[in-house]
Amino acid sequence: MPSAGYTREIPQRYRLEAAKCASCGRIYYPPRLVCAACGGREFDTVKLPDTGKVVTYTVIRVGPGDFAEEVPYALGIVEMEGGVRLMAQLVDVPLDGIKTGMPVRLEFRKIYEEGKAGIICYGHKAVPA
Amino acid sequence: MRDVAVIGVGANPKWGELWGRSLRDIFVEAALAAIDDAGVDHVDGMYVGCMSSGLFTGQEHIGSLLADYLGQRHLPATRVESACASGSAAVKAAFLEVASGHGDIVLAGGVEKMTDVSGAAATYALGTAADAEYECYHGATFPGLYAMIARAHMDRYGTTPEMLAQVAVKNHDNGALNPMAQYPFKLTVDQVLKSVMVADPLHILDCSPITDGAAAAILCPLETAKKLSKKLPIKVAGVGHATDTIQLAQREDMTWLESTAKAAERAFKMAGVKIKDVDLCEVHDCFTIAELVVIESLGLVKRGEGGKATLAGRTARDGDIPVNTSGGLKAKGHPVGATGVAQVMEVVKQLRGEAGSRQIKGAKRGLTQNMGGSGGSAVVHILEVA
Repeated sequence: MPSAGYTREIPQRYRLEAAKCASCGRIYYPPRLVCAACGGREFDTVKLPDTGKVVTYTVIRVGPGDFAEEVPYALGIVEMEGGVRLMAQLVDVPLDGIKTGMPVRLEFRKIYEEGKAGIICYGHKAVPA
Repeated sequence: MRDVAVIGVGANPKWGELWGRSLRDIFVEAALAAIDDAGVDHVDGMYVGCMSSGLFTGQEHIGSLLADYLGQRHLPATRVESACASGSAAVKAAFLEVASGHGDIVLAGGVEKMTDVSGAAATYALGTAADAEYECYHGATFPGLYAMIARAHMDRYGTTPEMLAQVAVKNHDNGALNPMAQYPFKLTVDQVLKSVMVADPLHILDCSPITDGAAAAILCPLETAKKLSKKLPIKVAGVGHATDTIQLAQREDMTWLESTAKAAERAFKMAGVKIKDVDLCEVHDCFTIAELVVIESLGLVKRGEGGKATLAGRTARDGDIPVNTSGGLKAKGHPVGATGVAQVMEVVKQLRGEAGSRQIKGAKRGLTQNMGGSGGSAVVHILEVA
């Protein structure tokens, strides 16, 4: 990923900043400019809770380029408290020990090393809560 | 709007790993086959569905390239992109051009040349159909996204790995009868379940392959179809198109494909028919779980019953609702931009009675469902004997 793109995503990647629609209250992660529910264009910045549960998951055994050496790794969709869902790797748990509904907490971790520019890309991974 | 017919279809003769052929070669083979099938001597316009010629071959601007190599210099031609639904999007664009009266004979083509790059590069290119910043960033792959759909479907409805495997077995049974198929051989449930795991619970034999291939269709006004061509005109009765969130995580229900349901609803409304009036379907089985969720979202079977219906043989060639008589993406191959056009080709051949040993007797109306990403785009066409 080019460094400009990486830099502008820091608020959501590092701090879990989301956008809460000022008119209907729906929360978007990542932030958006228009509310898909009510059309509102005014948002407040809120921080997502860092606890939630696994909604669905898989174990990736053939990975794309930047992750090719990381396999096998677990990837899931996590529903945070309050209902926002996001994708994250599931770590610090045996691959055969993951269950749908499992409570997890997001932790700030290294996600991968960007090959060409040498940037270490950070974000959140889910660990058992 | 004018009524529109398909009067010609064609593909390069054999899909697969075609290291001796280029993108332009396979496209021109398909386009010439369709032009010859229609018996026309020119086209007025061309739309080419192609997901990512740039990432797969380093070539953009293929409207110009392919019109030139087709021997149609100055032809208005452009590329249409909706990830793996690009082919159907090209058919829709061609339909609109003919229906509007802007052009009379329009070619809808699709092409993808995927094996000029390594498997890792192909995985990366396909991954761009997902959310690059919030799915791929975390290591998502397409098998991984559909695996998550499969897990959710298993959790909610009790769908089993055997039910998923049966989709592959059934589609390979059909593909074994299709001369253009990349993998024209039969499989057993046991072979699927014992094949290497790619993204749990999906095995490699739950996945459609990486394929070089192209397909084309010739569209014209229905009222002039019989003058232009000796082939039985097939009317494009319904066209439906919808999008959904690109991110799987942002769908309310991951066991359902709302873009497919909405596209089908729109196509049925336009055609004035219901799902029970359809004799066969070509659907987007990029992974075995995809076919199950698609047949549920189209209303062919009730929610959650796709696996049971498949095990019971309802979607086989001799079932009450034949699905993927061509072999589907699974056995025929999945050159992503060509797939939607090839689905139309199979239905046209079935409706003309030209499907050989895989012919569904007396088929009068067929449906194609083509989707992009994990369901972020869907296009449904309904074709019928005019």
